[in-house]
Amino acid sequence: MTPSMSPTNIFSPAATPARWIAELSQLVLSVTGAIFVVVAGLLCYCIWKYRRRTAADDWREPPQVYGSTQIELAWTIIPVLIVLVLFLSSARVIAATQRADPGRNALQVDVVGHQFWWEYRYPGLGIVTANELHVPASDPARPTPTVLNLYSADTDHSFWVPRLAGKTDLIPNHPNTMWIDPAEPGLYLGQCAQYCGTQHAKMLLRIYVDTPEDFARWVEAQRRPARVVDQDHVSRGREIFQRTACINCHAVSGTPANGRFGPDLTHLMSRETLAAGIVLNNRENLRQWIQNPDVIKTGSLMPAMALDEADLDAVTDYLLTLR
Amino acid sequence: MSTESITWAAAEPVSSTWVERLHGWVTTVDHKRLGLMYILYALLFLVIGGLEATAMRIQLIRPHASFVPPHAFNQLFTMHGTTMIFFVAMPMVFGFANYLVPLMIGARDMAFPRLNAFSFWLTAFGGLLLYFSVLGGFGLYGDGYAPDAGWFAYAPLTAKTFSKGHSNDYWTLSLLVSGFGSIGTAVNIIATVLCLRCKGMTLGRMPLLPWMMLTMSVLVILAVSPLTAAQVMLLVDRYLGGHFFDVQAGGSAALWMHFFWIFGHPEVYVLIIPAFAIASEVIPVFSRKAMFGYPVMVAATVSIAFLSMSVWAHHMFTIGMSSGANTFFVITTMAIAVPTGIKIFNWLATMWGGKIDFKAPMLFSIGFLFQFLVAGLTGVMLASAPFDWHLGNSYFVVAHFHYVILGAIFFMVFAGFYYWFPKVTGKMYSERLARLQFWTFLIGFHLTFDFMHVPGLLGMPRRIYTYEPGRGWDLWNLIVTIGVVFQAVGVLLLVWNLVFALVRGPRAGADPWDAWTLEWSTSSPPPEYNFATLPTVRSRRPLWDLKHPEDPDWKYE
Amino acid sequence: MRPATANGATDDWRLPYAGRVGMLSLIAAEAAIFVIFIVAYLFYLGKSASGPTPAILRPPIVLSVCLLSSSITMELALGGLRRGRAARFGGWWILTIVLGAVFIAGTAVEWRHLIVDEGLTVSTNLFGTTFYSLVGLHLLHVVIGVTLMTVVAVLWAGRRLADAHVPKVEVLSMYWHFVDVVWVVVFTVVYLVGR
Repeated sequence: MTPSMSPTNIFSPAATPARWIAELSQLVLSVTGAIFVVVAGLLCYCIWKYRRRTAADDWREPPQVYGSTQIELAWTIIPVLIVLVLFLSSARVIAATQRADPGRNALQVDVVGHQFWWEYRYPGLGIVTANELHVPASDPARPTPTVLNLYSADTDHSFWVPRLAGKTDLIPNHPNTMWIDPAEPGLYLGQCAQYCGTQHAKMLLRIYVDTPEDFARWVEAQRRPARVVDQDHVSRGREIFQRTACINCHAVSGTPANGRFGPDLTHLMSRETLAAGIVLNNRENLRQWIQNPDVIKTGSLMPAMALDEADLDAVTDYLLTLR
Repeated sequence: MSTESITWAAAEPVSSTWVERLHGWVTTVDHKRLGLMYILYALLFLVIGGLEATAMRIQLIRPHASFVPPHAFNQLFTMHGTTMIFFVAMPMVFGFANYLVPLMIGARDMAFPRLNAFSFWLTAFGGLLLYFSVLGGFGLYGDGYAPDAGWFAYAPLTAKTFSKGHSNDYWTLSLLVSGFGSIGTAVNIIATVLCLRCKGMTLGRMPLLPWMMLTMSVLVILAVSPLTAAQVMLLVDRYLGGHFFDVQAGGSAALWMHFFWIFGHPEVYVLIIPAFAIASEVIPVFSRKAMFGYPVMVAATVSIAFLSMSVWAHHMFTIGMSSGANTFFVITTMAIAVPTGIKIFNWLATMWGGKIDFKAPMLFSIGFLFQFLVAGLTGVMLASAPFDWHLGNSYFVVAHFHYVILGAIFFMVFAGFYYWFPKVTGKMYSERLARLQFWTFLIGFHLTFDFMHVPGLLGMPRRIYTYEPGRGWDLWNLIVTIGVVFQAVGVLLLVWNLVFALVRGPRAGADPWDAWTLEWSTSSPPPEYNFATLPTVRSRRPLWDLKHPEDPDWKYE
Repeated sequence: MRPATANGATDDWRLPYAGRVGMLSLIAAEAAIFVIFIVAYLFYLGKSASGPTPAILRPPIVLSVCLLSSSITMELALGGLRRGRAARFGGWWILTIVLGAVFIAGTAVEWRHLIVDEGLTVSTNLFGTTFYSLVGLHLLHVVIGVTLMTVVAVLWAGRRLADAHVPKVEVLSMYWHFVDVVWVVVFTVVYLVGR
């Protein structure tokens, strides 16, 4: 099972929590594999050796053996010992993962699960974004892990990026915490892993691990208020956006729009994808989404905005300026 | 002890109309008829559940398929799980228990025959109520038809906010009703086993099947009740404005999970223990050897049942419990592997030194042994909480539990069908066809459920109506779907074999397998009163004693 | 213990009476249901965001005495029944029913006070939901018990109660004692521990 088989392969860890699990899994798989080989081997041997051979054999019953204390003791004690080994190894990883101290250099990110998108807030940095999480790579020599505080705005979700860590659920009124420390910059994929409704399958995760320089640049760009472009149709689009129901759900910093029900759009165009990772973020898809989200993601909670063609184009043009 | 049945002069009319015959079945309190009704009911829903699975597998055969829309898929997996657990597996095991327990303990019927009938009809009604949702599930917002919150219906997805309309109420109510039926049957089995054994049959001389059905029934009593309680709480939330699981008012979503899994985990042992029971009857007979380690088999079963009440939160390793809690549930879950493994060794030791006859019941039993071994080992993997942080809620878990339910439980159910078919019907099935069915189903089972582990290891979560290309899941999903065809053919072959044998098969005698327990001492099929005179037994294998008077079991036990 | 009825044999092969075993199993199931409601009650103690708290509860001492002494009167009634003293049975049995009915009526009065005067309903807050569910579940069992006892009383009044019915009435008494034991637990949890 090689990394090239899948970008979500649990056996190609890229962060410490995932690596600890992968190492533990090697032990567990070896032990259970050995047990399988032994017991299945005995079974195969038994059904071959003790098969009924000829009809002449039939009239006599084989010796009836009712039990054997020695054997039964042996096959009780050995499994108990195996269980003990597996238990202690598991307990060690549980303690290490759940009691790890991320240290003062850790980046704190609040993750809020919604039906059917991810909200990311960086309280220390004053950033709010959606669906694409940026974290700095963590140098093993001087670790800068990211701590994810998991909340839910509605029902249960689960954050699973297999190459970075095991999954942890987002449960309303039940905050959870997890941490990751990826060393290698790149894009890591995952998706929601707790059934949360109609579009559970389309709540994808995209984690961008940036070099420290790239991350700093990203942070700086995200902290700026929304770009203001003063071209006719863009202004018209902004005006329609702020006049209609859009601002009830969406926020664009530096404008009157501060709805929290839907994703923050301040830097919408800094994201590569839309609708929680399922389509590319380009003019066509954006326009379609605004016109009728159900075409892209049926059952999504954003209503079709019922704008006429001209208004739709204007709003799209406006949003395209929000880099 | 009599090995023949005395037939009384027929008190019933010589020819009864079909209405009268139907009336006889509908109003019956005879444990044998009720047992058969449970089994036929289960087979009907097996086909329905199988069609639901087939639809899902077609949808998942490739990424971004559009065979069924998302909301329909979500109803499919909810209905498939609910149907298979509550209206296939449970009625199936209750059917076996009902038919066999009185016969095996030398009684004429269950302790409470009318309760028996009432429980059956409650369960039957529950299943129909669940499927009525397809027609009647329109809620105020017309939202959803069949239930679609998954078979474990996690809060707050089942709150009025997220489940508008009545679809999930059908889930709640149908299971509430059939739950009462299950408790009724469990009460009946316990009273029957403890109070109606024939003379000389101490608990230490009782065959393993009644022992295990007794254990299963105690588990039903302790496990179904928490589900009943939780469902009442859910109804209070949805209809009386209660706040048990209302997170906005301080209610806890995790509390539902605890209550559900306090039911849910023992429930799977309710399903597997009867499979152990069938294995413990079939394997000795077809190895021509008494069960190896009878007392330990009983002790192991009872301890499995007891331990199963302490492991529930291994279904919740990912919800953010403390490391202490996670660690506790790791040890209890792994501990239960010990008595379970012991049982496999005991069956192996029973076969060891025997003369194994590979008739259909034994073929399926051997399949069971291999597959239950694998299922148990993947269970040990899941018991390791950190490993479960990846594998939980993924297709690895789906593969694991189907391995248990299909690979272990249903293989033994098929073994049981073939083993007791001659007794129930007085006819013998075609061994050749049964062999063909075994191999066909085996191939299909392994194509689907062996390869299903792989997407889980590659990050595929469960309950998704489609998936993204480029994740490496495509090929495996394709193979998984292909296996469905073989399994469907296998089930059809089974039904064909049994129906054909029923109508045109050769006569089978009272004891075609040369077996050792009391049900084989009466005619095939047994008369309504089971035994002309109630037997007296002196050992665990009364028919062995009869057939081997020079070397009876009671000298050695 | 009664002889195994299926056999009709009356030598030393004696198995328990099926009705008794059946009722014990049912009691085990009911106990499991109550445990879950009690767990929910205890879990949510102190967690209500607003609204009335258990401090408003007044322990129903009199009602509890009535209910618990009904177990004693029931045993007295059974004593009369076993000795074939119909009048003795009838008197104590009716008294048991009356005590149960008093409990029901008294609970209704208490609830009226809680709903109307204190503003506590099942939907008010977590305390309201868990209180009415737990106490209400017990009350439902009392109602069922009183109903079944009334059926027996009617049979007795019509002189239809025979010796063969004695074990069944005993089985009903097991149920009633269970209901009383549950009340001891519920009372302790709700009115003592929780307040």
